[in-house]
Amino acid sequence: MMSPRSRYLDATALTLGFAFLYLPIVILVIFSFNASQLVTVWGGFSTRWYAGLWQNRQLMDAAWMTLKVATLSALLATVIGTLAALALTRYARFRGRTLFSGLVYAPIVMPEVITGLSLLLLFVSLGLERGFWTVTVAHATFTCGFVAVVVQSRLVTFDRSLEEAAADLGAKPWQVFTHVTLPIIAPAVIAGFLLAFTLSLDDLVIASFTTGPGATTLPMRVYSQVRLGVTPEINAISTLMIAAVTVLVIAASLATKRGAARG
Amino acid sequence: MEPPERPAAHRAAFAPWDDPAARPLVVYDGVTKRFGAETAVVDLSLAVYEREFFALLGPSGCGKSTLMRMLAGFESPSEGRVLLAGEDLAGVPPHLRPVNMMFQSYALFPHMSVETNIAFGLAMEGRPRDEIGARVGEALRMVKLDGLAGRKPHQLSGGQRQRVALARALVKRPKVLLLDEPLGALDRKLREETQFELMALQERLGLTFIIVTHDQDEAMTMATRIAVMDKGRLAQIGTPRAIYEAPTTRYVADFIGDINLVEGKVTGAEGSRVSVMTALGDMVVAEASEPVSVGQAVAVAWRPEKTRLVRAGETGPAGSVMLTGTIADIGYLGDWSTYHVDIGGLRLKAALANAVRRAEDAVDWGDPVRLAVAPEALILLVR
Repeated sequence: MMSPRSRYLDATALTLGFAFLYLPIVILVIFSFNASQLVTVWGGFSTRWYAGLWQNRQLMDAAWMTLKVATLSALLATVIGTLAALALTRYARFRGRTLFSGLVYAPIVMPEVITGLSLLLLFVSLGLERGFWTVTVAHATFTCGFVAVVVQSRLVTFDRSLEEAAADLGAKPWQVFTHVTLPIIAPAVIAGFLLAFTLSLDDLVIASFTTGPGATTLPMRVYSQVRLGVTPEINAISTLMIAAVTVLVIAASLATKRGAARG
Repeated sequence: MEPPERPAAHRAAFAPWDDPAARPLVVYDGVTKRFGAETAVVDLSLAVYEREFFALLGPSGCGKSTLMRMLAGFESPSEGRVLLAGEDLAGVPPHLRPVNMMFQSYALFPHMSVETNIAFGLAMEGRPRDEIGARVGEALRMVKLDGLAGRKPHQLSGGQRQRVALARALVKRPKVLLLDEPLGALDRKLREETQFELMALQERLGLTFIIVTHDQDEAMTMATRIAVMDKGRLAQIGTPRAIYEAPTTRYVADFIGDINLVEGKVTGAEGSRVSVMTALGDMVVAEASEPVSVGQAVAVAWRPEKTRLVRAGETGPAGSVMLTGTIADIGYLGDWSTYHVDIGGLRLKAALANAVRRAEDAVDWGDPVRLAVAPEALILLVR
C-alpha cells in the first residue's frame, strides 16, 4: 500500500515535471489569443492574430514552402529508409553490414550543425544552386535514419514464412512485396513517414545551412522575425505548428500501435 | 470430410515402389545440403510415387524439413538433384513450381480474409474471377468452412486456421502437396480426427502428399511409406509395417515404438537362421534380414507385444526362447498392461492385452515369471 504522503509527493513531482515540460508552450498558446499588441500584457481574448496570419504574405509563403519540403522529403526518406530497413533485416550476413547500419543511424545522433555544414559543403562543391531541392534532399538525408529504425522494429517480428507462402502460391518476388510484405509493415511505414514529416516541419538548423534565396522555411522565417522582436503573430503561427506536430506524432504512434496489435 | 470412395482393398494393393516399371513423381538424387559448416542432408536419395502419402519422419534437426524445403524451392541442394516428374528443379524459383506447401505456422496472411487467403494462389495465376469464386467456394466446402469466408485469420480457432491453410494449399491442385508438421499445433483429439480426414481427402483427390513429422504415430497412421531420417541421412524407408516389424538398424528399431534389445555375437548362420550368443543365453533368430558371419557383433531385438508371459508351473510354446526373471514394475493402461521384467541384469518389456476382465490370476510385483519369445519375432540388427 502506498501511504497518502508518498502519493501526495508523487502528484507534486508529476505536476512539477509536466509544468517544466509544458508551461512555456502553454504560455505561448495563451498569448497567441491575446488581444493586446504587447506580447506580455494580457488584453483580453481574441483570434485576430490568427486572422492576421492570412494577410502576412511572407509567413504564408514560408508555410507553403515548409509543407512542400516536408511532404517531398518525407516521401523520399520513407522509400530510402524502408529499403534500408529491409536490407538490414533481410540480408543479415552481408559484408559490411555493421558499417552500413552504422551509416544509416549516424544522422540520428550527428549534431545537426555538422550534418547541415557537411551538406552545405557537398552542395557547394557539386555546384548545385541552393534552394527548394537542396533543403528537400538534406531533410530526406537526416530523416531516413528515423524511418529505418521504425520500419526495422516491425520487420524484426515479421514471420518470413508469410512471404514463403506467397511465393509458394505463385506470387513473383515483387508481388510478394506488394501483396504481403508491404501491407503488413504498412503501419510502420506510415509511422515512419509521419515522423520524417514532423522532423522536417520543425527543422531550423539544417534548413538554414542548405537553403538559398526564395526557399525560406517557416521555422527560418519565425526565427528571423523573432530577432526583430516577438509579435503575437509569431505566437499564433507557433501554436498552429505545435498543433500540427502533435496531431502527426499521435497519428504515428497510433499507426504503430495498431500494427503491433494486429500482429 | 467424406469417407473414401475407393474400397479399402485398393489401398492394400497400392505399392508402386515394388513395381520396376513405375516412374517416380519426386526424386532426390544424391542430395547434400550444407549450411555454412553444418551439413543438414548428406548424400540422400529417395523416390516418391504418384498418389503416395509419404512421411519424412525423424527428430528435430534430422534434415527432414530441409528436404521438403528443397522441393518447394526455398533451399537449393549443395550437391545432387531434385526432380519432379522427371524434370530437374534446379534454378526453378518457388513461384514456378507445381507444388504447394502447408506451413507449420500455417502462414495465413493476417490482412486478408479467409476467402482472400484461399483465392490468393488462383489470383496470382491470373484466373478469371468466376473461376476463382467457384473454386474457392468448393475448397471452403471441402474443409467445412463455408460460413467463415469473410473472417480474418485472428478470428478463427487453431483447428479452423489449419483448415484454411489446407484449403489454400489444395485449391491450386498441386502435383505434390507438402505438409510441414501439419497437426503439430492441434490438441490430441483434434489431431487424431484430422489425421483420418487428411487420409480420406488424399484418397478422394488422388493427390500425392509428402508430410514432415516428428510424431511416429502420425506417420504410422497416415503414410503409405515412411522415410526415417537420422542426422541428415536416410535410416530406413518402407511401409509402416516394414518399418515397425523389420527395422534394419538399431536407431530405427529404437526410434519407432518400444523394443527390447540385447547385444550379442553370431555363433552360427544357416541360411536366414542365425544363432546368437547373448547375455541372456543363446537365441535363434528365424528370419535374419541380411547375411552375417560367425563372430560378428549384432543385436537381437523384439517388440514387447510379441512376448508371452509364462507363469511358474506352465510350459511355454515349443521352440520359443524362454527367459526367466521377476516382475519389477507393472503399468496398467486399461486395454494393455506393460510389464517390466528383470532378467540377467537387464530390464525387458512385455506388453499384454488385458483380454479378461477378472484380475484373480494377474501377476504381481516380485512374481517370478518366464517370458517366451518365438524365433520368428526376433529381429537381427547388424547396424
